[in-house]
Amino acid sequence: MQELAWLISLALIIVCAAVFLAVILKAGTEAKEQDIQGGPYRYRRPSFWALVGIGVLTAIVSLSDLPYAAQGASSKASQVVEATGYQWYWTLSRDEVSVGEPVEFRVTSADVNHGFGIYDESLRLLAQTQAMPGYTNRLRFTFQKPGKYRILCLEYCGLGHHEMPAEISVVAR
Amino acid sequence: MTTTNEPAVRLDLDAKRVVLGYVAVSALVLALMMVLGLLMRLAQGEALAIPPDLTYQIMTIHGIGMVGIAGFSGAAIMWYFANQHLQLTLGVFQANFVIFLLGVVAILMSVFLGGFAGGWTFLYPLPAHSGGVWEKGAATAYLFGLLLIGVGFLLLYLDVARAVIEKYGSLAKGLGWPQLFAGDEGEAPPPVVVACTVVLIINTLSIVCGAAIVLMCLINIIEPAFAINPLLAKNLIYVFGHVFINAAIYMAVVAIYEILPRHTGRPWKTTRVLLGAWTATGVMVVLVYPHHLLMDFVMPVWMLAMGQIISYCSGLPVLLVTAWGALANIYRSGMRWNMTSGFLILAVFGWSAGVLPAIVDGTIVVNYVMHNTMWVPGHFHFYLLLGLVPMIFAFMYFLVGSEGVRSETNIDKLAFWAFVVGALGFVMMFLYSGLQSVPRRWAVHFPEWLAYDQIASVFAALAVAGVLVFMVRFLAGVPRLYAAD
Repeated sequence: MQELAWLISLALIIVCAAVFLAVILKAGTEAKEQDIQGGPYRYRRPSFWALVGIGVLTAIVSLSDLPYAAQGASSKASQVVEATGYQWYWTLSRDEVSVGEPVEFRVTSADVNHGFGIYDESLRLLAQTQAMPGYTNRLRFTFQKPGKYRILCLEYCGLGHHEMPAEISVVAR
Repeated sequence: MTTTNEPAVRLDLDAKRVVLGYVAVSALVLALMMVLGLLMRLAQGEALAIPPDLTYQIMTIHGIGMVGIAGFSGAAIMWYFANQHLQLTLGVFQANFVIFLLGVVAILMSVFLGGFAGGWTFLYPLPAHSGGVWEKGAATAYLFGLLLIGVGFLLLYLDVARAVIEKYGSLAKGLGWPQLFAGDEGEAPPPVVVACTVVLIINTLSIVCGAAIVLMCLINIIEPAFAINPLLAKNLIYVFGHVFINAAIYMAVVAIYEILPRHTGRPWKTTRVLLGAWTATGVMVVLVYPHHLLMDFVMPVWMLAMGQIISYCSGLPVLLVTAWGALANIYRSGMRWNMTSGFLILAVFGWSAGVLPAIVDGTIVVNYVMHNTMWVPGHFHFYLLLGLVPMIFAFMYFLVGSEGVRSETNIDKLAFWAFVVGALGFVMMFLYSGLQSVPRRWAVHFPEWLAYDQIASVFAALAVAGVLVFMVRFLAGVPRLYAAD
């Protein structure tokens, strides 16, 4: 997902820059306003509808599978980890889970806001939710590979914000 | 139904001097905050040994300092041009200047004397719950400083509202609603008045929300038994923060409407598309704030989905009205290029291109793996550093140039390109770090991330060098501008 987000953003920024450059290169020449005004604005309405179309399609596809399913679900995952953030450490009700089976992380905080980010061994962020006092965010995630995963804090929580990594082992069934 | 910008009216000397004061303070603070930003990146890259507690204090000051000065300088630009159409009260503008500086003093004391490092967003209950690092007095000073600044801005907006109602009869007429919705063929207000009216409405709302949560936090510090719902607090803080920083851009964008036509000879017209875009922007900027809370799974799902959809929609007015309008305005216009017009076009590009990675991040499934990584400062630095900040520099060069105080030199041009290359490289490194999942707001980085920080620091240093030139060149012209009647 990160690569896709990067590539789409990069492509859009380059297109935007190309349009600006093309117009900037023409800015020095002079034509009467009434001769060219129809030109630039002629494409605006179709562009509007094209962007609306792309936006609607993207929204339909991307909103069809949201990470909030566990929040209101009554069915219980086979593996549950109670995770609580403190200044500046995590407590996990268990630090070993099985690969290939959904894990439900019930994430909260005992003091201030924290962020519960699951990182793999290559330091790639796989999933996250916020840890907030008084609330429990349910994050359902299935690990695909065995190994050591790290929990990093992703919400600024004071001076020890960077010092509270925790570890979770994912083992074969 | 079209109107054009009325011819510029010269400000009287007192008003001009206050505007100069605003811009001079903005130039100084902007440069200083950018130097602090560079120090932070150098510390993260382990190129400079700064202890984490000081780094987090710098982070707090950099954040609130930049947001504050964005609003402050935006207000100066808005007031300067709006005053040519509306009867604004100079005393209120001066009061905001003084109150802002008092607020800044309180915040500086809280951070550098009291050790406050709660982040500019002061997420409840962090200010009162420092983990034994700063005292309650420091948190109180910070929040009180914020409250003061909010009061100053509120006074300013109330005065603008009074002036709009006095001239046009109502805020709805200031927004051009009779022309937009009722088929009125009469003359609509000029773009600057429409923008001002939108800003005063949305930022009054944002400041009231901000003041409410700041006051609740202050009471909580004094009496901990007065607890606040953390989710409510977070919602209020993001309504305030999101709308305030966007309103700063909307105030500064007036510079594009007002100055660009002077370089192309083509007036920026108030059309129904422009009126519709501003009304839509005003509604969307308030409703879109839940996109900051996409990882709070306890939020109602419809609000989060709304956050994503409105994030998409809010890109349309930027791209299809302001950017399109600016490009149509300069296209084959025989454009007169100088530092001012260069910065204006850079600003439109930065704002347009910067919203693109922001919209991508507003997608919930992307946010799931990008939220609170470096991607986030990547997109907001894009449209602030390359969008809002160039609007301010354009205004600085416009002021100096319009008074004939000083001509531009090759040093200015060199600094301009240093800034462009530095800022672009700097924000792209942020985005690339986001791709690599580097968390934001970490004072100390893992060894795997240091190279990104170091490369970003080189670009940041280049951008800062450019900014220091702009600052010195502007400030050097201030005494003559101050005296020139």
